Amino acid sequence: MSLEEPGPRDVGLTKAGEVNYDELESLLGDAVLDRETHLNAEAFVIRPDAVQDTLSALKEEAGFDFLNCVTAQEYQDRYETIYHMTKYDDRTQEVGVVVPTSKDDPVSESAEPVFRTADWHEREAYDLVGIEYADHPDMRRILLPETWQGHPLSMDYDQTKPQIVTLRENKNPLEEDQRLNDDSDTMMLNIGPHHPATHGVLHVEATLDGEQVADVEPDIGYIHRCEEQMCQQGTYRHQIMPYPDRWDWGGAGLLNEWAYARTAEELADIDVPEYAQVIRTMSGELSRILSHMLAVAAYALDVVGDFTATFMYGMQDRETVQNILEDLTGQRLMFNYFRLGGVAWDLPEPREEFFEKIRAFIDDLPEKLEEYHNLLTSNEILQVRTVDTGRLEPEVAKNYGATGPVARGSGIDYDVRRDDPYGYYDKLDWDVVTEEGCDNYARLLVRLQEVEESAKIINQCVDLLEDWPEEDRTIQANVPRTIKPEPDTEVYKSVEAAKGELGIYIRSDGTDSPARFKIRGGSFSNLQTLPEMAEGEYIADLIASLGSLDTIMGEVDR
Amino acid sequence: MSSQDKLTDTVGADTGQSTQEARMGEGADNRFNSPLRKALGSSPFILTKFDKFMNWVRGSSMFMLQFGIACCSIEMMHTYSVKHDLDRFGAGVPRASPRQADVIIVPGTIVSKFAPRMKRVYDQMPEPKFVVGMGSCTISGGPFQEGYNVIKGAEEVIPVDIHVPGCPPRPEALIYGIAKLQERVANGESAPVTVKPYELEEFGDLERDELVEKLAEQIDHDDLVMRYNWVDSP
Ligand code: SF4
Repeated sequence: MSLEEPGPRDVGLTKAGEVNYDELESLLGDAVLDRETHLNAEAFVIRPDAVQDTLSALKEEAGFDFLNCVTAQEYQDRYETIYHMTKYDDRTQEVGVVVPTSKDDPVSESAEPVFRTADWHEREAYDLVGIEYADHPDMRRILLPETWQGHPLSMDYDQTKPQIVTLRENKNPLEEDQRLNDDSDTMMLNIGPHHPATHGVLHVEATLDGEQVADVEPDIGYIHRCEEQMCQQGTYRHQIMPYPDRWDWGGAGLLNEWAYARTAEELADIDVPEYAQVIRTMSGELSRILSHMLAVAAYALDVVGDFTATFMYGMQDRETVQNILEDLTGQRLMFNYFRLGGVAWDLPEPREEFFEKIRAFIDDLPEKLEEYHNLLTSNEILQVRTVDTGRLEPEVAKNYGATGPVARGSGIDYDVRRDDPYGYYDKLDWDVVTEEGCDNYARLLVRLQEVEESAKIINQCVDLLEDWPEEDRTIQANVPRTIKPEPDTEVYKSVEAAKGELGIYIRSDGTDSPARFKIRGGSFSNLQTLPEMAEGEYIADLIASLGSLDTIMGEVDR
Repeated sequence: MSSQDKLTDTVGADTGQSTQEARMGEGADNRFNSPLRKALGSSPFILTKFDKFMNWVRGSSMFMLQFGIACCSIEMMHTYSVKHDLDRFGAGVPRASPRQADVIIVPGTIVSKFAPRMKRVYDQMPEPKFVVGMGSCTISGGPFQEGYNVIKGAEEVIPVDIHVPGCPPRPEALIYGIAKLQERVANGESAPVTVKPYELEEFGDLERDELVEKLAEQIDHDDLVMRYNWVDSP
C-alpha cells in the first residue's frame, strides 16, 4: 500500500519481500560490532557513537520508519539500549539495534534527531536505568520526581533509602504572576495533575498567549507505579498476568493481557489451541468496545459538557458489556482471564444464555451507535470544536510513533491485528478503519467505527463458538508448572490494544521470572504528539485534543 | 423520616393535627404545607442539639470531589452513573473543585510524585471533610505495594474514614462504604488520626542528614517537600 516510490528505501529486502539482514549489515558498515538473534528479529550491536547514522540509514534507505520502542537495561558488565524498529507498511519486518555502553561511562548517542519519539523513551531510560544520551535536547527525568536519588531499575538501587519530593514543579499559578519575563505577554497555566479534563493524573504546563497556546509540555509520572519492577519480580506462569489489566483501566484489560500472553508464549514456545484463540478474540474485542465507549463518553463530557445524556449512555452500554465480561471472567474490570497457553476457563454455562446475551448486545448496537452519531458527530457544537482542530499530519504522527486510533485518524493504515496477525483475526472478516481527517473529529469517528468492526468480529466468533464440537473445546495448552526459558533469550512482541500498539520486551535469565520486562504503552507515544497538535491553537482546543488522544495514564506512566 | 424521633420533640405528629392548621389556622392553601414540616409535626420549634442537626444534614447531603487517580476511578464513575446512581443516597454530586467538596474518594494508587499534590488537594477542602479510601491501593499499596515509588496506602498521607477493600471494589461495595460514612457522619463520629503521616514541610525544617545535604543545592530553603522514609513504611 506504500505510496513511496520504490528505490533506496527498499534496501535490505529479499526477493520474497522478507528482511535481508545480511544486506542491512553491509548497509550499516563498520558501525556494526556484532549481531544478535532475538526471537522476533535479528539485532545489530553497534557502536554507541553511531546511533544516529545507523538509525537514519535504516530509516531512509531500508524503510524502517517506525521506532517502536526503546528498551534500556543493565547487565553485570554493561548497559544496553535496544531500539526496536519496524515499518508502518509492514509490521512483520523488524530489526533491533543494540547499543552497549560501558558501566563507568554510560553515554550513547541520542536517536532523537532521527525519531522524535526517542525523546521520551530515552528520558525514561535515563530515569529508570541511568543511561545518558549525548545530543538529547532535554535529558532529565520523566517519570520520577526531579529530586529522586538513583535509578530504580539499575542493579545497585537501594529501595529502602529515603527520598524527598518537592511540591515546587507546579506551583499554583495564581499565587504569583506567572508571566514568563517582562517583555513577553505570555502566561503559564497549570492543567492538572488533578483536573477533570486530563483523564487521570496528567499535568500539562501550558504557556498561553491570550487564548492561544504558545507552548505545552505534558508532565507525566503521577501514576508511575513500578509496573516493570512488579513484572520482573513475578513468575511467568501466574504472577505477571494480573498486572497488564492495570495498565489500561478503561476496560481494555483483556487486550493488555493478550500482549503479555503473546510475548510469553513466543518466549516459551507455547501453542494456543484454536478454541481458546476464538474466545480470546471475542472477549478481547468486547474489551475494546468497553474502552472505546469510555473514550467516547468522556469525550462528550470534555467537549460539549454533556454529563447527562451521552456520558450516561456510554456508561450504560459499558455496564452491559461489563456484565457479559463478568459472566465470562468473574470480574467487572480487572479480568485476569487469559493464561499462558489459553484462557482460564471455558464459557459460562448455560452457553446458550451467554451467547444470547452477547447477541442481544450486538443486535442493539447499530441503533445505539446511531444515537451516538446523533448526539455527537452530527452535533454542530461538537463539530465546530473538533473539525480541523488538533491536526496531526501523518508524517508527524509516524515520527512520534503514534499508533491505534490516533494513527488511523491521521490516515495511517496500520493495525497490528491485521499487519502481524495473532489470535483468530486473520480468519475473520473485518476491516481496519482509517479516516483522512487528521483532526480531533477523525479520531472520534475512528473509535465509533471501530466499535462496529469489533461487533462484527464478536458476531463471527459467537457463530464459531456456537458450533464448536464439544469434544474439541481445549481451553489451555499443556503448559509446564514453572516456565524457565533459556537464559538470555530476548523477545519483543506486540498486539493492538485499545489505545494503540502495546508491546512487551522480555529478556530471560534462566529463572522463572524475567530479567527485564519492558512495556511499550501505546498512549506513551500518542501523548507525546500533544504539543504538535495543540501549539498555536486555542486553549479549549487543547482540551479537545487531549481528549481525542484518549490516553490512559496507566499505560503512559506504567 | 426515620430520624424524626432523634431530632424532634413535637406535639402534633401523633394527634393528627396538620402542621399548617396549627400554625396558620384552617383554610389556608394546602400547597404551603411542606413534607418536611409535616414530618416534624405541628410545633414550629425543633428541639435538638444543633450539632446533632448539623451532623444529620451533613450526612444526608455529601458533595464528593471529582477526583480520579487510577483503575478504581473507573468503577467510581460507574458508581455515579446510571444503574448504581450514588445520588439516590444524597451523595452523588461530584464537584470539580476541592473548595466545594466535603468528601474525597481516593480511587487508586498513590505514588511519590502525586502524594504531595493529593495532600494539597485535601488541604484545600473546607472542614469538616471526610475521606473514603477506595481499593487495595489506598489500604496498603495493593498489588504495587513492593514498588519503589508507591505510597503504602492513603493513610500515610491523609486520614481515612472508611476503607473499601477490593481491586477494584464493585460499585455496590463503594456505595456501602459511602453509606457507612454517612451513618458515621450523622452520628458525629470523628475521623481517626493518621498513623504515620508524610507531611508537607519546608525543606529548611528537615533534619539535616546526608540526603538533605545532597539536595541542598537543588531545593530552596522554603520549598515545600515531602520526605519518604521507606524503611518505616509498613
Ligand atoms: S486497588 Fe486495584 S483497581 Fe484499584 S487502583 Fe489499585 S490496582 Fe487499580
